[in-house]
Amino acid sequence: MFLDLTILAIVLAAASGLPGLFLARSSVRGERIAAWLMAGGALTGLVCAAVTVLGGGQPTAFFPWPAAGNAVVGLDALSAFFLVPVFLVGGLGPLYGLGYWPQRLHTSNGRKLRLFWGLLVAGMALLVISRHAMAFLLGWEIMALSAFFLVATEDHREESRRASWVYLVATHVGTLTLFGLFALWRHTTGSYALEPVGQDTLSLGTLHLLFFLALLGFGLKAGVMPLHFWLPGAHASAPCHVSAMLSGVVLKMGIYGLVRWLSLLPSPPAAWGSIILALGAVSGLLGVVFAIGQHDLKRLLAYHSVENIGIILLGLGVAMLGRSSGHPEWVALGLAGGLLHVWNHSFFKSLLFFCAGAVVHGAHTRQIDRMGGMAKAMPWTAACFLVGAVAICGLPPLNGFVSEWFVYLGLLKTALSGGTAAMVGVPVLAMVGALAVACFVKVYGTVFLGEPRTRAAGHAREAPLSMRLPMLALGACCALIGLAPVLVGPVLDATTACWLADAGAETVRLGHIAPLGVISVLAFSLTACVAGVMVFLGRPALASRAGPTWDCGYARPTGRMQYTASSFAQTIVLFFNRVLQPHGRRPRVVGLFPPPAHLHSHVDDAVLDRVLLPAGHRIEGWFNWFHRFQRGLTQHYVFYILLTLLALLCTLFPFKAHLAQWFAR
Amino acid sequence: MTNLLNTILVIVLMLNLFALGTSRIVSVIRTVAAQGALLSLLPLLLHEHLTLAAALTVVPTFALKGIIIPGMMIHALRDVKIKREVEPLIGLQPSVILGALATVFALLFADQLPLTDAHSGALIVPTAIATVLAGFILLTTRFKALTQVVGYLVLENGIFIFGMLLVEAMPLVVEMGVLLDLFVGIFVICIIVNQINQAFASMDTRRLVSLKE
Repeated sequence: MFLDLTILAIVLAAASGLPGLFLARSSVRGERIAAWLMAGGALTGLVCAAVTVLGGGQPTAFFPWPAAGNAVVGLDALSAFFLVPVFLVGGLGPLYGLGYWPQRLHTSNGRKLRLFWGLLVAGMALLVISRHAMAFLLGWEIMALSAFFLVATEDHREESRRASWVYLVATHVGTLTLFGLFALWRHTTGSYALEPVGQDTLSLGTLHLLFFLALLGFGLKAGVMPLHFWLPGAHASAPCHVSAMLSGVVLKMGIYGLVRWLSLLPSPPAAWGSIILALGAVSGLLGVVFAIGQHDLKRLLAYHSVENIGIILLGLGVAMLGRSSGHPEWVALGLAGGLLHVWNHSFFKSLLFFCAGAVVHGAHTRQIDRMGGMAKAMPWTAACFLVGAVAICGLPPLNGFVSEWFVYLGLLKTALSGGTAAMVGVPVLAMVGALAVACFVKVYGTVFLGEPRTRAAGHAREAPLSMRLPMLALGACCALIGLAPVLVGPVLDATTACWLADAGAETVRLGHIAPLGVISVLAFSLTACVAGVMVFLGRPALASRAGPTWDCGYARPTGRMQYTASSFAQTIVLFFNRVLQPHGRRPRVVGLFPPPAHLHSHVDDAVLDRVLLPAGHRIEGWFNWFHRFQRGLTQHYVFYILLTLLALLCTLFPFKAHLAQWFAR
Repeated sequence: MTNLLNTILVIVLMLNLFALGTSRIVSVIRTVAAQGALLSLLPLLLHEHLTLAAALTVVPTFALKGIIIPGMMIHALRDVKIKREVEPLIGLQPSVILGALATVFALLFADQLPLTDAHSGALIVPTAIATVLAGFILLTTRFKALTQVVGYLVLENGIFIFGMLLVEAMPLVVEMGVLLDLFVGIFVICIIVNQINQAFASMDTRRLVSLKE
């Protein structure tokens, strides 16, 4: 019954944008209908997911699909776990869009955005509940293509078009890899069903091939470090709630695919866990380092997604190490950390993107160094952003701390009891956390504190209620998990049990190996301390000392003289000079009264700008000679057809017999 | 029967050469109209027993190839106010010579093909090949959009003659579908011709190169 309800939710989501298409462009009813339909679908889906993850049970349903056998869909704890972010962010997005992307201001692309939003949610929910390779691919492609159209929402801008094409290429390479993966699966197991197979069905070579194909295909979607190149551009040029969806949920579909796939493969070799750990360490560290070098708020948040995917992979790597060496407590801690971070990241990253949307909307720029002092104009947004920032840095008392704590515990336990590969993870995770704090101090300090640096930033207004409500809801989720991790304990236990049930190993309860109650107590006492300090600082005696935030003894200070985000990050950027290779124009200031000068610096993406684009240009250069045949004249092309036709006709002609006849005596 | 058939086919071959050798676009269109009208009679002559399917194809084929399509093209021609193909890629006489060579090649080549006895006597296969080649020559050497359309029509006529060999095996609906395709295609091109003329102030298809990426 809950499976049927989930399918109903998917249908509601897919249909949410349709009524708007039949209404006038100027009508605002379409967006309200879409928001209601999406909210209804999301609530239904969330209820189903909650009941399934807590109640267990694995109902399945069949859909006839003559070309590929019966398509099976089913709802188990793992699917339900991933349905939660899909429906939560999917349901909050259109509500946020009412204020952020209203139809009356975006008549040309608002309806398109809502249509593909609904399809995106439906596609992701379908792929999460499918138990059949073809149904999975169907959902995967619906997701990939609707995300493409969402990234290209503002297709009149060159930047959006370019980002969406890069995304399309990346996602189709991933899909091609998945075709290979499922074809190989069908070939070796004899069916498209995504069910665990016996120990001796697959040879070791096939097993490795399946693993690496899955890593490539799902890694491209998840944005693992060398494969992340589509991600910053796509996240930066999409509308903010789309970025929230992409970063918070679409990337997680890559993680879901990997997690689901690993549960199907029997007896994993120990190397897999180490490879996933290494990828996680690289993504985590480089993601945050590249984030520090960014000047664009949304690109910065996008690189933080790479970092968080790295943390999730660290957890998954620990779980894989535990599975291959038979340590159920490593599996429980690693998988719980990784999976909880999936939820957490989808909550706080969506929250951050929602806040970023409000800020960008108010300041009319995405450049961090052109904002400033936004906290005075938008106190709600500033508070929500602070919650998101504390959460993403993995600081108590919010949810990011809980999941990173599980990953730490798993890494330490593994490292101490023989898993040397995990030794790298602990310092990397610590460094990632420290750099993330530095990065968000930079962002929060520059964007929200101080004085406005531009006129537009000074004129910003607080976001409307429809935008604040989703932020508050997500912030509440972050706080709830952070303050009471006991609540998610059973969910994580059920999901881990589901993941291991396919593999046939025993499980350990999370509550027995991780101090969930202690985290709660610490979190509550820390919150009380912070609240106490704030009350103390807010006393009338202290608060009366009002004055400009930044003065520094100048007679006529302007907001533009403030310390910038770039100068704040300069030390760290220079420290990672070799990796970031920042470049730009740096003026020389000479004399006592130098003329006006401009400073400009930029950090290229490591893969897209330094490897893929030069390689693409090189290959294009090699094939330049072919332009000689492609002149654009129809007559030439018809002539090529004629030549081919004549050549084919000549193969029918018995030349040999004729020659023999002529030269015979 | 075979004599009458071969007479018609020889006329078709000569019309090919005439289409290649004339520069006035109206006469080219009329030539092709006459060719199409003649060809639409083929199903009546090809088989000893007149089948219903063959008889049914005659009327719409005659109407489309002989009257409607040429009418549309002459109409489009009047709209864009041009009369002559001024600069073909190769001159008119070399085109005729090429067409004659193609006809000779087709006759020689058809001799070598392993055909059934029923078809080996008639000129059907060589005419078909020669007409297809003539269509290709028109397509590759003329630059005006309308003469290109004529080239496609001649090409299609050649394919139609080939199709006559199969008229008993092919269902009627396929034949009608091909005709509908042709009609829609020409209809669209006639509209586009006008648009090209307006956008580029010329009917020269070489101007379309500027649309290339």
